[in-house]
Amino acid sequence: MLDEKIINSLKERFEDSILDVGASSGDSIVTVELSSLHDVLLFLHSEFAFDYLLFITALDYPKREGKRFDVVYQLRTTSTFDEIRIKASVAEGEEVESVTDIWVSAIGDECETYDMFGIWFKNHKGPGGEGLRRALMPDDWVGHPLRKEYPLKGDDFADKWTEKYLPEGQRHQIEHTRMP
Amino acid sequence: MSSSDIRTVELNMGPQHPSTHGVLRLILKLNGEKIENISPRVGYLHRGLEKLAENMTYQQFTPITDRLDYVYSMNNNFAYASSVEKLLGVTDQIPERAQYIRVMVAELDRIANHLVWLATHALDIGAMTPYFYCMRERELILDMFEEICGARLLYNYVRIGGVAKDITPRFMDMLKEFVKIFPEKWKEYDTLLTKNRIWMKRTKDVAVISTEDAINWGLSGPSLRGSNMEWDLRKKKPYSVYPELDFDIPYYPEGDVYARYLVRMNEMLQSNRILEQCIEKTPEGPYMMDDFKKVTKPIKPPAGEAYGYNEVPGGELGFYVVSEGKNKPYRMKIRAPSFLHAYAIPYAAKGYLISDVVAVIGSFDVVFGECDR
Repeated sequence: MLDEKIINSLKERFEDSILDVGASSGDSIVTVELSSLHDVLLFLHSEFAFDYLLFITALDYPKREGKRFDVVYQLRTTSTFDEIRIKASVAEGEEVESVTDIWVSAIGDECETYDMFGIWFKNHKGPGGEGLRRALMPDDWVGHPLRKEYPLKGDDFADKWTEKYLPEGQRHQIEHTRMP
Repeated sequence: MSSSDIRTVELNMGPQHPSTHGVLRLILKLNGEKIENISPRVGYLHRGLEKLAENMTYQQFTPITDRLDYVYSMNNNFAYASSVEKLLGVTDQIPERAQYIRVMVAELDRIANHLVWLATHALDIGAMTPYFYCMRERELILDMFEEICGARLLYNYVRIGGVAKDITPRFMDMLKEFVKIFPEKWKEYDTLLTKNRIWMKRTKDVAVISTEDAINWGLSGPSLRGSNMEWDLRKKKPYSVYPELDFDIPYYPEGDVYARYLVRMNEMLQSNRILEQCIEKTPEGPYMMDDFKKVTKPIKPPAGEAYGYNEVPGGELGFYVVSEGKNKPYRMKIRAPSFLHAYAIPYAAKGYLISDVVAVIGSFDVVFGECDR
């Protein structure tokens, strides 16, 4: 479990922005307000030496009231091997402040999270100042595969998805993927 | 020609390139022979494993984990099994024999992976001979795996709750024979490369990475240990029966390609040491959890989430599993070391020569089955 000291100083520093402190399977989870997410991560990096970013990902809850996505950051200290997971809720179309200025290792993960969930990270800086782009899917891909409504397989499912979620102007882009 | 005449040239490397061990595309920006910037493009092997996981039961996903880094499938199975066990809260119920079998196959697979890595890394740089030596010993390991699970690749052997089958006496005989001869064989690779002047010229002082950078870029495993970082999850965050085993963490302060080569070379010997102790220590007993119905029936972990990780040959492989109390995971994020290593290539290779890119890719041990998921 995480040191009380870290939780306390987080609460002291960010007060109302810390929404929840919990744990699951022995992992500490802190939920924060999206507006102070970048500051919390920077604070943990500089004050408590959480210098290793394990991964960034997102969770999709389409049926949830309020904001749809959770972005998840898993951090670790390389000195004491403490771990902490930071979560923040993001609404559809809302932008998240990039952490590539703190960790270079965020570049790949932010690109992947955008690719898979469609969450935009602003001020993202890749190698040589490149912007955010799709990581795993082709650049001209339509849709974000890890959203819950995205079809897993089958033309029937895909047709329904196309009708419901794709704007009229984009439908022709996936015509060529249809099986004859 | 004055310096103003020199222009940056863009060169496309890959996706089909022999040194990329899969399909990686790098867009190189060159100033003469010097690299100014690299833009990596991954995803050519993307099969949507994370999406598939959301539509499968927990047991059904075990063979899919084989397809991550297919060179060390046993370690992938092991990492996945321990993550789900962490979520289920049954980590302490795994019988000791199963734990030892897991460690044995994981360490054998670590040697097999490092042999393949050494063979291909040397081949990429231009040394052909190590390939034949390495494949010779890897064959022995594959024979052992065939003996216990019937497969020579993609094993699906380590399962949630234990292992699929008990090991056979013949396997133990083969293993005893292997640990006896391996140090001798290791010396053969060592004489081929370690003091080889051409090898040293190609790898020493190439892609030097400081400790801070290595941490910041998210490197893990041998790539991080080559940058003066004594970091091994088997020691620092011990899991399974690793605390009972005696081994060292090889790490080197230089931070160049040569240091990462030495780390992996010495890791093979350490794995051999672990195997020697496992032969002595493996107890009799069950190879599956006593309460095996808990893990053979459809698993329904309580709502919650867990991040489980293992030290695999490539680095730290983690599974972030989120459960909603159903028999399928709600979300499964795979933290693949190769993915982070692929995105570190531009930073590591910047300012070096175009011929060093191949050495850098090799020194990170990037495999694209895992990177692209």
